[in-house]
Amino acid sequence: MITVAFFKAAIIAGIPLLFATLGEIITEKSGHLNLGVEGMMLMGAVIGFQVGYTTNSPLLALLFAAIAGALGALIYAFLTVSLRANQVVSGLALTIFGTGFAGFVGKSLMGMKMTDQFNYFFRDLKIPGLGDIPYLGEIFFNHDIFVYLGYVTAIVLGLYLYNTGKGLNLRAIGENPAAADAASIPITKYKYLHILLGGALCGLGGAYLSLVYVPVWQENITAGRGWIAVALVIFSGWNPYKAIAGAFLFGGLDIIGFRLQGTAIAISQYIFDMAPYVATIVILVLVSLRKSKKNAPPKALSEPYFREER
Amino acid sequence: MQFRIVIKSEIGKKKRVLIFLGSIIAALIVSGLFLAFLNLNPFQVYIAMLQGSVGSVYRIEQTIIYAIPLIITSLGVAIAFKMKFWNIGAEGQILMGAFMASYFALNYSFLPRFILLLIMFFAGFIGGAVWGIIPAFFRAKWGTNETIITLMMNYVALKWVVYLQYGPWKDPNAFGFPKIANFAKNAVLPELFGVHIGWIIAVLLTIFVYFFLNRSKKGFEIAVLGESVNTARYAGINIFRTIIFAMVLSGGICGIVGFIEASGVEQTLTKDITGGVGYTAIIIAWLGALKPQWMVLASLLFAILIQGSSYIQSAFGISAYSAQLLEAIVLFFVLGSDFFTRYKLIIDWPSLLRRTKENGK
Repeated sequence: MITVAFFKAAIIAGIPLLFATLGEIITEKSGHLNLGVEGMMLMGAVIGFQVGYTTNSPLLALLFAAIAGALGALIYAFLTVSLRANQVVSGLALTIFGTGFAGFVGKSLMGMKMTDQFNYFFRDLKIPGLGDIPYLGEIFFNHDIFVYLGYVTAIVLGLYLYNTGKGLNLRAIGENPAAADAASIPITKYKYLHILLGGALCGLGGAYLSLVYVPVWQENITAGRGWIAVALVIFSGWNPYKAIAGAFLFGGLDIIGFRLQGTAIAISQYIFDMAPYVATIVILVLVSLRKSKKNAPPKALSEPYFREER
Repeated sequence: MQFRIVIKSEIGKKKRVLIFLGSIIAALIVSGLFLAFLNLNPFQVYIAMLQGSVGSVYRIEQTIIYAIPLIITSLGVAIAFKMKFWNIGAEGQILMGAFMASYFALNYSFLPRFILLLIMFFAGFIGGAVWGIIPAFFRAKWGTNETIITLMMNYVALKWVVYLQYGPWKDPNAFGFPKIANFAKNAVLPELFGVHIGWIIAVLLTIFVYFFLNRSKKGFEIAVLGESVNTARYAGINIFRTIIFAMVLSGGICGIVGFIEASGVEQTLTKDITGGVGYTAIIIAWLGALKPQWMVLASLLFAILIQGSSYIQSAFGISAYSAQLLEAIVLFFVLGSDFFTRYKLIIDWPSLLRRTKENGK
């Protein structure tokens, strides 16, 4: 049961979570808690599928999925940055919007399939050298290019956050916007850009589900993965590198119920379907048990910043 | 600087209501544009929605049946929200309440009707309360983020009911169809004025929550804790106990919804029993500013929206998801409009015009 094939499948199941988690990390680093991840993922999933289905172009599908996610994030950004609305409720509203949007647009796509030519674009590509490592090569380096894009995105975001001046500025805004403002960092611009970037990543996460993972359009294709991503942000301590591990761990939990079917273990699949959600709860409790400075959330998270209110 | 934002001093109630209505109208206009984009006449659609929801006695009854769970659930989450405890778990609390109530409905249907229904009522309360205590305990003890926990518990509850529906509780007489047996007559809520008596429970709970939040010591403590944990601590409020108590009540009230929906509407337990009420109620609680009387009004409006949407779905062939989109658009505008009750936008026209002119050159 626990075989190379299982671990490989866990990576694939973890990729949508990875994109969404990275998107939410970058959003929260700007001091904004966007609970609309699920909605933005659904928007990306449905638009990616629609564009892919009509144009048969994987690149256009990805591009528009990212744009759809970013547009969802734009609504959120306008409400919470410019109009200083409550972040929790704004995020929830975005999730409701995204769910409605995906259901609305996706109605005519129900049960549609991508062409073989399209699927060929996302075939497994072995990375020369790395892919030949026994076991690990097969698990990590024999995937479609979307998976590699996930690895690269996580590493690039990590480098951006911890090794560049702009990343430092962003973290400053999330920790202490007043100080960042005094240092004449353009706060509003930073917030907008990173919330939009976060939305685009969530959109890509959704697109992976609809274009590669499933790849047939079905209602509510994300099935709560957006919320798991929000929890994974906490699990990974707002660190993109740790998010990789978290996403793949939860990818494994996501498929374990299905994989255990027909094996000697006589527990209903429906009980195992609870695994990712129960694990999220357990992990959140464990994280809150051992609080450390290093894994703390951005200090100004979900507090609106208003220069005149200082 | 072409424009700046300043904080307004307290604004009057009249102005606040005007801003709220303005945002609703703006939302209707934007939704109208969306409908026009679909080649539909927005006025026709809106009128049809009204007809479909309040056009006849029967339809009004149906709308009220939609409103009942919205009212009670929003009352439940409002108690938690007052404490700034983001209980997103109403869906799960409803499901667990329904599960507990169904257990008695399916196994103890030999009891007299009144006693059985009373037991189911309390079973529903306990089911929801247990689902509320778990995140409350973690939050009170270790400060665990309750938003995600309550949300994850929704999925756990959902999978649990799915498990029952496809597994141990599957009705053997349903020809292999995965459904739970219908309740016996004894376990079904009676009707009064054409609507199951859940509406009486809703009215009583509204009054109860109103007095609880505004007049009781516990309600006051919850509000203080929501405003500032430190103030609550200095005032000698037992924070741990207050959080647990509030979530027992919040989850329990949501659990009652599970009982009402299972007994009064579905007359069985299904995984679709909530129909997204738990999420809509969060919006309603917010729109109603956590005030029970306003939340009842908002619930009725949303019930009209939902019932109206399901009517136009068949009349105009609009997707059922249009209701959700309309909900979200209304919510976006109301959320945004809050800005104008708190801040004033001052636009410096001379400098703006000067700037535009310079750019024009």
